[in-house]
Amino acid sequence: MMRKSFGSSAAFSLSIRKRAFFSTSTSTSTSPSLSPLDADDAAAGALKSMNLFSAINNALHIALDSDPRAYVFGEDVSFGGVFRCTTGLADRFGKNRVFNTPLCEQGIVGFAIGLAAMDNRAIAEIQFADYIYPAFDQIVNEAAKFRYRSGNQFNCGVRFSSNLYHALEHFPSLVASIVGLTSGGLTIRAPYGAVGHGGHYHSQSPESFFCHVPGIKVVIPRSPKQAKGLLLSCIRDPNPVVFFEPKWLYRLAVEEVPEHDYMVPLSEAEVIRHGTDVTLVGWGAQLAVMEQACIDAEKEGISCELIDLRTLLPWDKETVEASVRKTGRLLVSHEAPVTGGFGAEISASMVERCFLRLEAPVGRICGLDTPFPLVFEPFYMPTKNKILDAIKSTVNY
Amino acid sequence: MALSTSLRSNLVRPLTGLTALSSTGHLRRPFSSSADDSTVITVETSVPFVGHKCDPPSRNVETTPKELLGFFYDMALMRRMEIASDSLYKSKLIRGFCHLYDGQEAVAVGMEAAITKKDCIITAYRDHCIFLGRGGSLVECFSELMGRQAGCSKGKGGSMHFYKKENGFFGGHGIVGAQVPLGCGLAFAQKYSKDETVTFAMYGDGAANQGQLFEALNMSALLDLPAILVCENNHYGMGTAEWRAAKSPAYYKRGDYVPGLKIHFSSKVLQESDVVDGMDAFAVKQACKFAKEHALKNGPIILEMDTYRYHGHSMSDPGSTYRTRDEISGVRQERDPIERIRKLILSHELSTEAELKTIEKKIRSEVDDAIALAKESPMPDPSELFTNVYVKGFGIEVAGADRKEVRGVLP
Repeated sequence: MMRKSFGSSAAFSLSIRKRAFFSTSTSTSTSPSLSPLDADDAAAGALKSMNLFSAINNALHIALDSDPRAYVFGEDVSFGGVFRCTTGLADRFGKNRVFNTPLCEQGIVGFAIGLAAMDNRAIAEIQFADYIYPAFDQIVNEAAKFRYRSGNQFNCGVRFSSNLYHALEHFPSLVASIVGLTSGGLTIRAPYGAVGHGGHYHSQSPESFFCHVPGIKVVIPRSPKQAKGLLLSCIRDPNPVVFFEPKWLYRLAVEEVPEHDYMVPLSEAEVIRHGTDVTLVGWGAQLAVMEQACIDAEKEGISCELIDLRTLLPWDKETVEASVRKTGRLLVSHEAPVTGGFGAEISASMVERCFLRLEAPVGRICGLDTPFPLVFEPFYMPTKNKILDAIKSTVNY
Repeated sequence: MALSTSLRSNLVRPLTGLTALSSTGHLRRPFSSSADDSTVITVETSVPFVGHKCDPPSRNVETTPKELLGFFYDMALMRRMEIASDSLYKSKLIRGFCHLYDGQEAVAVGMEAAITKKDCIITAYRDHCIFLGRGGSLVECFSELMGRQAGCSKGKGGSMHFYKKENGFFGGHGIVGAQVPLGCGLAFAQKYSKDETVTFAMYGDGAANQGQLFEALNMSALLDLPAILVCENNHYGMGTAEWRAAKSPAYYKRGDYVPGLKIHFSSKVLQESDVVDGMDAFAVKQACKFAKEHALKNGPIILEMDTYRYHGHSMSDPGSTYRTRDEISGVRQERDPIERIRKLILSHELSTEAELKTIEKKIRSEVDDAIALAKESPMPDPSELFTNVYVKGFGIEVAGADRKEVRGVLP
């Protein structure tokens, strides 16, 4: 297949994904990066081996290329960024579209919101998710509520008549792609998560703070291929989006990524491993750990179903519910501390919906309730063995 | 003071004759009598201070042989410690993040000379040498860097989180700019306690663009707090040059209604044609003394220290992608703070080359001993993962992955 044009590829990818989503193909790979969509992607166009930062870089190139009013800015992005996600952008698109900001997170995000409100695509980078807190007020009080409090006069995204919007609600990517060139959008990218030696301020997972805010979207990819598609969807989404990138995977995760423009739909979870005994839900880098636990559990005869949530807010309750109805058991795992983590929301929702179907209490295998430690990181993290223990105890409840 | 005017010494001019310096005359003294605290030597800072809304202090700084030799020893120790940390990091004994201070030692040492341990210092993550200056020991330093129990924060803080409460060192902060409002809060407490102490809240040129700095400055000015904001301008915020990050790189003026003082070591570092001076521990001392007096009477003041770091931002930054190697070696050659003190000592004939070399060798072995001791210190006990989250006894519950396990209430 030749490279698709911008508009049609979105529709093409969207329909393919909806079909493949219900497929019953089992994942035979040991890495969580392979999905049932590979056969389709191979047919769609050239593939290139990329790691996570290259895939994100690729997505940003495409985003800036396809929309002349897209801008990338943040601390040190001009030379390529501390994780090399923005290499080559300044050279290709110029200093007026890809530029450094001073060291002021609140300023960066506020500035981005203003830019988006004037129908531009603002892609702001926060250097580490640990530094996002000065910008928290801007995200929660300004970005999230802009559309709501102005009666849709102002927003960090597209202006739409509400009828048209509702009609196209089921095809968010289509929406974004159609109006892509004439609308704005706000995306805030930040590397999050443990990296082995990050300590208190280079390892945090703040996603649950943002999941508590109606009006924004929170998206977390698990692999290079997912990241590129999800990031393009986020950039083209008419709502403000916070996109957390698992920094551990920047170099570690390598995958064959299609080089053409494609989008992965938001608010759709993906079942990346099918099973019948217990459902595990996670996102980001943690999925790799959970996958290992699932493989070990398989050896002991426990068949695990693994779901990648992909979008945490608004999250795909239907997929998870369908899976829990199938297996009757649910475990959630994330790096952030367990109290108040997003696992609590998933647990509560599923108990509300599937109480009578549940065979065991919903388990959460998460980080401990301490600040992210320095030397104790291996003890703090929800490791494969902790997940395996939980799988076994849930099944034997 | 009449004495000093006629006896001004110049950095490079060697002294001849006995009348050169002090009233008691000056003979070459061996190192062993470096405890000479009574002879007054006057040093002139190489360039005058630049003031903003205040009258800058005099260029003439009084010192003694003991202080001079003390400066040399302290700075050489700090330098040696940072270099040793560099090699420890490369051999993976120190992990995580490590931000080295070599090149900027004059600020730490000069500041200490002007204040007492009751005054408070709070700084960002480039804190190893400030910690040493505040009375921290080498063993505590290296242990904390390697994450061992003997460290000043019991191994739980790491490179960026050194503290010494009893000596007024409040750390050690990873988030850029967050320490400045904290410093102003410390000053508020000091004003209440009425013990004539001040707080030095240090930050860098990168942090100078953080909003919270200006919030804190406004509050301090309103309340007339004895807060001294010290901008250690090493001209690069990580990899970003100051002229690219700040519309006005005159950080000492950024307080606007708050007076400022610039320790103007040289004109713009980036221009080679300008006169370049040494990074001057005496200028720092004079400025800090002046600032302390000012703050106790009139409220906050900003000090801008024009300094330079030889290493990159952290150990993962080579430090040469955003500046030329020529620039780094140029500064090292012409402005190195230790060399300046060395020349001063030699020109005042307080010691010989050979003796100074011996001191440096002694320092080297001190550092090596400290590293060896630190290596022997064990890692913190795993139970330390849960301690000090809250005050002891407040109780956190942790359950095992198996929900049937006993829930333990932790310290």
